[in-house]
Amino acid sequence: MVNHEARLSRTFAALVDPTRRAILARLEREDGTSVSELARPFEIKLPAVMKHLDVLDAAGLITRSKAGRTVTVRLAPRPMRAAMDWLRRYERFWSASLDRLVTYAERKEREARWKGR
Amino acid sequence: MEGPMTSLTLVRRIKARPSIVFDALTMPEGIACWWGPDDGPVLVAETDVRIGGRFRVRFRMLDGIEHESSGEYLEVVRPTRLAMSWRWAGDEAIGESLLEFDLRAIPEGTELRLTHSRLPDEETRQSHQRGWSGSLDKLERYFQARGGGS
Repeated sequence: MVNHEARLSRTFAALVDPTRRAILARLEREDGTSVSELARPFEIKLPAVMKHLDVLDAAGLITRSKAGRTVTVRLAPRPMRAAMDWLRRYERFWSASLDRLVTYAERKEREARWKGR
Repeated sequence: MEGPMTSLTLVRRIKARPSIVFDALTMPEGIACWWGPDDGPVLVAETDVRIGGRFRVRFRMLDGIEHESSGEYLEVVRPTRLAMSWRWAGDEAIGESLLEFDLRAIPEGTELRLTHSRLPDEETRQSHQRGWSGSLDKLERYFQARGGGS
């Protein structure tokens, strides 16, 4: 459980950076892209891209494989799914809670107006 | 789901003035009426609504299982803003998350915005707010298409 949570924290930490999210979005369109292809649209140097890939790799969000001189990057969906599950659980919790909060607050408002007459 | 994928944002428009909504969010008798994912009862609601004060809410779900969350109030600005740290009891090894309520007066009453973010530090929170360029749905479809496991 703790390991699971530690992994989840790492996933979210990795996702927080816009360049890394852009890399994931690119992989979502073109899975199995080479590192040099991935680096092309960004205004940062290849070593910086490599650093981002290291973070994504450590978070388990991508896998890299080497064939000759080409390193191919692929999405690894499991950690992303865990992150989405976390968000969905809270979405259910808060959606239901807020619906009841609305009902409660609107009743209180009606009572306040009635008393204010 | 709205918002960037490292945090959850929900918005509700409520036909009640902001001070009434704020009190519903913070007073134990209010919390007891709405807190929880289903219609199971709130068993404990304690709040010490000031910066550095703590809250604790324990509820039982309809399946009989009890859950407790607690945290510390980080910002208290009645009736417009409330921010608190959040953690589930029994999960002390896990970092806290951040829960924020922003209330805005609108003609019919109040617009309430809830944000629950996984990562509590300021730098991270700001980078959440800069946003994600909207790929969540596509990514979700992608992962669904791939099926389970991997």
